[in-house]
Amino acid sequence: MQVSVYRYNPETDQKPYMQDYTLDLPEGKDLMVLDVLNLLKEQDVTLSFRRSCREGVCGSDGMNINGRNGLACITPMSEALNGKKKLVLRPLPGLPVIRDLVIDMSLFYQQYEKVKPYLQNNEPAPAIERLQSPEDRAKLDGLYECILCACCSTSCPSFWWNPERFVGPAGLLQAYRFLADSRDNATEERLSELDDPFSVFRCRGIMNCVNVCPKGLNPTRAIGHIRSMLLKNAT
Amino acid sequence: MVKNITSFTGNGVADWLVQRVSAVILAAYTLFLVVWFLALPEWSYEAWSGLFAQGWMKIFTVLAVLSFVAHAWIGIWTATTDYLKSNTAVRILVQLAVILVLFIYLIVTFDAVWGV
Repeated sequence: MQVSVYRYNPETDQKPYMQDYTLDLPEGKDLMVLDVLNLLKEQDVTLSFRRSCREGVCGSDGMNINGRNGLACITPMSEALNGKKKLVLRPLPGLPVIRDLVIDMSLFYQQYEKVKPYLQNNEPAPAIERLQSPEDRAKLDGLYECILCACCSTSCPSFWWNPERFVGPAGLLQAYRFLADSRDNATEERLSELDDPFSVFRCRGIMNCVNVCPKGLNPTRAIGHIRSMLLKNAT
Repeated sequence: MVKNITSFTGNGVADWLVQRVSAVILAAYTLFLVVWFLALPEWSYEAWSGLFAQGWMKIFTVLAVLSFVAHAWIGIWTATTDYLKSNTAVRILVQLAVILVLFIYLIVTFDAVWGV
């Protein structure tokens, strides 16, 4: 089995390069891409990548697998190869590489921080808890499940070109998660932070984010809802 | 809040709405002209100038060219702020050149429509 991995160590390498490995995979098993990376790590201890939960919950091992962003731990080799002979692993595109498959996610987190991803409510807190009807709670389905793996934002050209100004699909999904929450009453303030030509409107609706989301979420739809709310508010 | 002074209206919602509405107007104008051409028994300069001599067609044409200018500017502005990022002078020069071309289109259209 041929595996090609993006290698870059800023302390020793002038520029990044692709390193080829040959690997014997156990027969009769459909390994996950992360298992393959762990086998490579036994062969070459200098190879760096992030991983933690190994079951698609933590979002650490987002990477570009044969040209498509995804989580290595829940991407089976059969799906990654899709008939091809070679596995090609690169870091998530568009963000600075720290080393090998490890990227600097500061810009991604800054955009997440910008949408104030927490409940804001200036009414006095009730004695026990803020209640929510089952119908209102259902509005948060498909929004709260995001694990911030950055597969979506780093597959978005608008985020590649303007990562410091366009919030990106992950941040906007969270922006809508709080705009849609019946317990949050900072809707006006939230919308007034988003109505410039960049934060939301750099989305051209190409749906790369929907295509790659390992949790099957739909940021494009959430962005559409934000746009409708902005339009309703401004006209 | 991200600020930008060269976008069409400076506001994302307004730019977005203008781009959509202008697209509808341009589509209607184009469709109308195509249908008009196809429905014409014989193509002639008289029929063409006769069409543009009518008041409603002058208004429709000016509306279409205004839509074109707004639509083009929003689109080109987006492209320049996506792809011309490293050099501010180049970006502003390209933006000014596009504005000049769109301004010329506008004046030429006014002149042509009211010259009929």
